[in-house]
Amino acid sequence: MAAITSDLTSAPVLPKWIAPVLLLAFAYGVVPLIGSSYLFEAILLPFLALGLAGVGLNILTGYAGQVSLGSAAFMAAGAFAAYNFNLRVEGLPLIGSIVLAGIVAAAIGIVFGLPSLRLKGFYLAVSTLAAQFFVQWALTKFSWFSNNSASGVIDAPRLSIGGLALDGAVGRYLFALTIVSILTFLAYRLVSSQTGRNFIAIRDNETAARIIGIPVLKTKLLAFAISSFIIGVAGVIWAFAYLRTVEPDGFDLDRSFQILFIIIIGGLASIRGAFFGAALIVVFPLGLSRLGGFLLGDVFDSGVLDMSQRIVLGALIILFLILEPDGLVALWDRIRRRLLFAWQST
Amino acid sequence: MTFLSTIKAAALSAAMIVSVALPAAHADEQYFPLQSYRVGPYAAGGTGFFGGFIDYLNLINIRDGGVNGVKLTWDECETQYEVERGVECYERQKSHAGAAAWNPLSVGIAYAMIDRITADKVPLITVNHGRTDSTDGRVFPYVFPLLLNPYSETSGIVNYIAAKEGGIDKLKGKKIVVLYHGSPYGKETIPIYELLAQKYGFTVQQIEVPHPGNEQQSQWLTIRRAKPDFVVLRGWGVMNPVALKTAVKVGFPVDHIVGNVWSNSEEDVIPAGDAAKGYTAITTQASGNTYPVVQEIVKTVYGASKGNLEDKSRIGSVYHNLGIVNGILNVEAIRVAQEKFGHRTLTGDEVRWGFEHLKLDPAKVEALGAKDLFHSINVSWDNHEGEGYVTFQQWDGKKWNVVSDWIAPDWALLRPIIEKSAEAYAAEKGIKLRTADDANAVTTN
Repeated sequence: MAAITSDLTSAPVLPKWIAPVLLLAFAYGVVPLIGSSYLFEAILLPFLALGLAGVGLNILTGYAGQVSLGSAAFMAAGAFAAYNFNLRVEGLPLIGSIVLAGIVAAAIGIVFGLPSLRLKGFYLAVSTLAAQFFVQWALTKFSWFSNNSASGVIDAPRLSIGGLALDGAVGRYLFALTIVSILTFLAYRLVSSQTGRNFIAIRDNETAARIIGIPVLKTKLLAFAISSFIIGVAGVIWAFAYLRTVEPDGFDLDRSFQILFIIIIGGLASIRGAFFGAALIVVFPLGLSRLGGFLLGDVFDSGVLDMSQRIVLGALIILFLILEPDGLVALWDRIRRRLLFAWQST
Repeated sequence: MTFLSTIKAAALSAAMIVSVALPAAHADEQYFPLQSYRVGPYAAGGTGFFGGFIDYLNLINIRDGGVNGVKLTWDECETQYEVERGVECYERQKSHAGAAAWNPLSVGIAYAMIDRITADKVPLITVNHGRTDSTDGRVFPYVFPLLLNPYSETSGIVNYIAAKEGGIDKLKGKKIVVLYHGSPYGKETIPIYELLAQKYGFTVQQIEVPHPGNEQQSQWLTIRRAKPDFVVLRGWGVMNPVALKTAVKVGFPVDHIVGNVWSNSEEDVIPAGDAAKGYTAITTQASGNTYPVVQEIVKTVYGASKGNLEDKSRIGSVYHNLGIVNGILNVEAIRVAQEKFGHRTLTGDEVRWGFEHLKLDPAKVEALGAKDLFHSINVSWDNHEGEGYVTFQQWDGKKWNVVSDWIAPDWALLRPIIEKSAEAYAAEKGIKLRTADDANAVTTN
């Protein structure tokens, strides 16, 4: 619904591809030159990883209407699969490991998507919890997955593509940016294709979709597979490019909720929404913590500051969801329309 | 004219003051980035440890005016014991000049920092915990699991159980259950318990408690069925009192539970109430506030209302004392490095050299006012643990009482295992083994 309306109301002045192209040109051409290591390591890398995970979950939840609480499990599956392919398959290029990792995550997604054929809404959400707990348990239980490392923590391999080392902050940023751009573009094409419309049809009315001849079973599993593939690759970025270490506990239920909040706050059924949401979830607490430390750091200790930041953040999210239930994307579009209107009427 | 010249003179003198004052303010400071945690499930450990650390740094500043005139500074960044927050804090704090050493007090965060601090050449201190094979300074030049790495701790605990049973040969046929925290820290000792079990002929069953560990009914029912002779509690935070209470519920005798070095604090036993009476745990630093250095902190730091602990009854508690010991080790490493490189702000690599020459024998420890608080340390370029001694203390319901002498873990047994693991890591990462000469090459700016 939101996708269709936003399509109809987008800016009439410029072609649609201008904004993303300008944004990418900026992200590739300007940011690496002016950004500090803090910007890459602490802001842009988690933003890209979580944004991509949000895109993946949005395909499943926003477009196809299947609520999932297992996103972190698919991230973990992707991260550990990529690590193991990279470790155990001699001569496999990094990109190969990443694609295979996405496929492993997609396969796990299909298995845990099977209950969606019978379950809906909250019941489905609860059944995806099984994925969350099972994957984390399996990764902890069988030390083969972490190459028998004593503590269960594995070090990410060196990042390099075709002999080009990408170990520095900028290199890892460009690596993540490229993967995220490609997958986001594909996701964007997907949701405006026939398959994407099938997703929306199933979300809006499953019976009606069945009557007009949409293969519900196949389409739902496809949504799980594609969504898990993207989330799995996001897990690879999270582990390899951002933290550079992987442990199953980093992919706990909290992370699944975080990704769900990203798409709710950003805007359901919107590719851009995932990035808006990720920006808010990643950047806003950091800004708040900086501000708090700057203003009150001498008065209170870091624990009190952190508690107050949580209160402020929670209150702002509630306030924001009351004022703009359709998410940041709706807010953004409204501001843009107003600005355009003001510009055209002058 | 006079007006203008007055302004000119004022501006000139202001410029001179600034130009004199600015470098002076920066030249003589050594900075500690503290990735602390004061909220979340592990806040008790975080507030005690970082409280003690900050109290000791304050003592050095107030009593001695810094280390040879170099003032110690620090700031805190809240991590909540979460890896990605720790990484964010690292990136935030590393831009500050004159960083001496990192002390995240979290194995997960430490793991994520190893590549980063090695590239930035600043030491990473994981006192009493950390990655065991980082003891091998040939492979991990900048990581220091000071005093006690997890394998030494395990060896100490097994030796203590053996002593209670009447000798190392009496371990044969015994059964030990290890109840461990479901985190990188908790899992670190799984292989060494298996190995010691094989060597000494006891059976070991290792049971995980998922983080944070506030529900352990099923684990303790399993323990009751297994009927072990001893349970080793390898807990952290809220997991410990819950374990002791649940043990009483299922009828397991508390004096057959031995706590590890992160299950040994007042914060672990007081919430368990009577369930903790008779519980024994390993430690590297005794509890109590009678030691001269703790007394000086009470007098000088808390006397000047600069104490970090809100609850003054926690002064001298296990975590607070560990923070103080950690403060002593960090400050003495700086002192060692200053003797070689000069009384000025040191680079991270110079502080690393200081840690690698940190030798505090019992006499020196006594001179620092810490006699019996901890035993001694002897760090070298290839042994980054420094051969810390352990002791055992028993909780009587009100306070900890030391129930053993200072015990040396079986380092000779552990060293080959550590070297093997470190060499495997070096091979995987393509790291060239460092030599003594490499260790003496120091980046001085």
